[in-house]
Amino acid sequence: MAQIELSAIRKSFDGTDVLKGIDFRIEDGEFISLVGPSGCGKSTLLRIIAGLEPQNSGQVHIDGRPVDAIRPSARNLAMVFQSYALYPHLSTFDNIAVPLRMRRLSAIERLPLLGKLLPARRAKERHIRADVEGIAEQLDIAPLLRRKPGQLSGGQRQRVAVGRAMVREPLAFLFDEPLSNLDAKLRVHMRAELAELHRRLKATFVYVTHDQAEAMTMSSRIAVMMGGELIQAGTPAEIYNDPDDIRVAEFIGSPKINVLPGRIRKDAGIDVLGTALKLSCHAATGECRVGVRPERIDVGAGPFSGTVVHLENLGAEAFVHLAIEGAGLRLIARLADVRHLPAMGSSVAFGFASDAVRIFDPAGKRIEIRLEQPERIREPAHV
Amino acid sequence: MSDGSMTLGAAIAPAGATRRTLPAHGSRRTYSAYALVTPAAALMLIMLLGPLAGVIALSFTDYQLGAPHFAWIGLANYQDLFADKVFWTALRNTLAYVVIVVPGTVIAGLAIALLIQSGTSLRSLYRTIYFLPVMATLIAMAVVWEFMLHPQFGLVNGMLRGAGLPAFSWLQDRSTALYALCAIGIWQAVGFNMVLFLAGLVSIPKQLYEAAEIDGASSGWARFRLVTWPMLGPVTTFVVVISGIRSFQVFDTVHVLTKGGPSKSTEVLIHTMYTEGFEFFRSGYAAAITVVFLVFVLLLTLIKSRLADRGVHYT
Repeated sequence: MAQIELSAIRKSFDGTDVLKGIDFRIEDGEFISLVGPSGCGKSTLLRIIAGLEPQNSGQVHIDGRPVDAIRPSARNLAMVFQSYALYPHLSTFDNIAVPLRMRRLSAIERLPLLGKLLPARRAKERHIRADVEGIAEQLDIAPLLRRKPGQLSGGQRQRVAVGRAMVREPLAFLFDEPLSNLDAKLRVHMRAELAELHRRLKATFVYVTHDQAEAMTMSSRIAVMMGGELIQAGTPAEIYNDPDDIRVAEFIGSPKINVLPGRIRKDAGIDVLGTALKLSCHAATGECRVGVRPERIDVGAGPFSGTVVHLENLGAEAFVHLAIEGAGLRLIARLADVRHLPAMGSSVAFGFASDAVRIFDPAGKRIEIRLEQPERIREPAHV
Repeated sequence: MSDGSMTLGAAIAPAGATRRTLPAHGSRRTYSAYALVTPAAALMLIMLLGPLAGVIALSFTDYQLGAPHFAWIGLANYQDLFADKVFWTALRNTLAYVVIVVPGTVIAGLAIALLIQSGTSLRSLYRTIYFLPVMATLIAMAVVWEFMLHPQFGLVNGMLRGAGLPAFSWLQDRSTALYALCAIGIWQAVGFNMVLFLAGLVSIPKQLYEAAEIDGASSGWARFRLVTWPMLGPVTTFVVVISGIRSFQVFDTVHVLTKGGPSKSTEVLIHTMYTEGFEFFRSGYAAAITVVFLVFVLLLTLIKSRLADRGVHYT
């Protein structure tokens, strides 16, 4: 159980700035996902928290205590690696027991032959055995305890790695893209299992991933990193619905958000593809970018029109790719009803509600908008 | 009943048919398999097994190099050999040499490899320096050692005297000659083992060390015990066996520096074989020594393949 505080963390490798001053606070018991494209510095940040990599400047505090001068082994954090980093020569049991043996046994007791003769070691080994078996029971790997990592499947190795992290009840768990070596089906399954594990342990989880779906589905908060900076942090819903930056909007959500060229008029209104939107903003006149999520595009009615150039029918939903004549643009719209799909090559009208629109300035920063009039009159929600 | 036997017969018939067709098909495959194996088998026969059989056969004769006739004398050569004090001395010296040189080269090679690997600068320079003795001709280097170990004006004794320690006549003294040769053997082989260990160290995934660090292995020794040593297992087995076989073959330094003396204190198996075979021309007797030598090498190889079978599972 720990709260982790990062202040002004900077890191550069060979003159390249990888982290450009990260300030972030991870609350006790949170499941935080650090998400971003590869090379954004998220793994480096995790390794700095773990102590595997020293930062150039800035401090890491764990539970209010500065840990910058403390070795990784003394920080009491557990880490699950992308490659799992299991010891290939040790059985599952011994792999999980390593952190306990390292902490509970003295250097003499750990000696291969002599150590076994010491009476104190035997008692400690009994406790270790009980703890390891308890963890194996929880993770459903009890029948695998005698096997070596080479004899386990990817998913089983993953569990052993998690078991090795859990067994000593660390202050926090650090995950470095732990699911990226698994096949797609298993990844979805492990996603649910990790989220469940977090609920059960109520420990602090820091989870690094480049997969926005993993971040969205598991975390209590997401921190989006780009180019060595932390751009936005918030709950998955906040990040999805209220992106501060167009890069966040584009990174989160699959398929990607549609971005249309827009223009802010002198009277603060906004034009998109020659059509005025029913909203206004306070920003300076000029170019802007208008983002609309695929599921908020209403195909069949609206002021715009496009040609259907591609259809992706996933069974439960379908994605329609629309080319907009004259603008050289492509949009993706999600259709919930796959029974009535437009024909390929046909021209369809489309539009979107004003509250579906997110406006960004040319630099990519979000511009606040004011709806001129509500599109639809919603019934008041009954709580 | 009859119905059942009918179906049984019907079931057997096609099985029999396939069995009839199989041998023709199978033998064609066997022929081509033999044909493919032939070149390798022939080479192995000519280069390895043939000479080996020749040596074993020779050890049962009284053949002398250049003699027009020879006779089969059964195990008489071996009888002579096992009754000969020189043979036992040579065997004892060879084993002593192996017992000193193998751990010496393995431990020193590993230690140097670890030092080079943990350093950040001048790695290739150190690698080259330690590898130089392996590349140099041992005969030439033996001459250099002869000068260095010279009792009067040798470098080693000069340094000992400079430090106020007693000097030895290293290669001329019965009590030190073998150990001096051991030291040269270690010096010569360390570089080779170091290179093998370096290759092994490079292939250990870095994440294992990080995992070990996070799991609480804070001291270098703990990480060595948990990660380095087990991960180097296969390399270490190989290095030990190769060093063992090479030490068994010790000859050139002995021949150049001591000729087995003083008073047989550095007599080793291959040197005895050489003297018997090429100085006294007792080829049959020398062949018997070779067979004994081969038995030891074979033993080491068997140990190695046993250990390799038991090898750890690497992923």
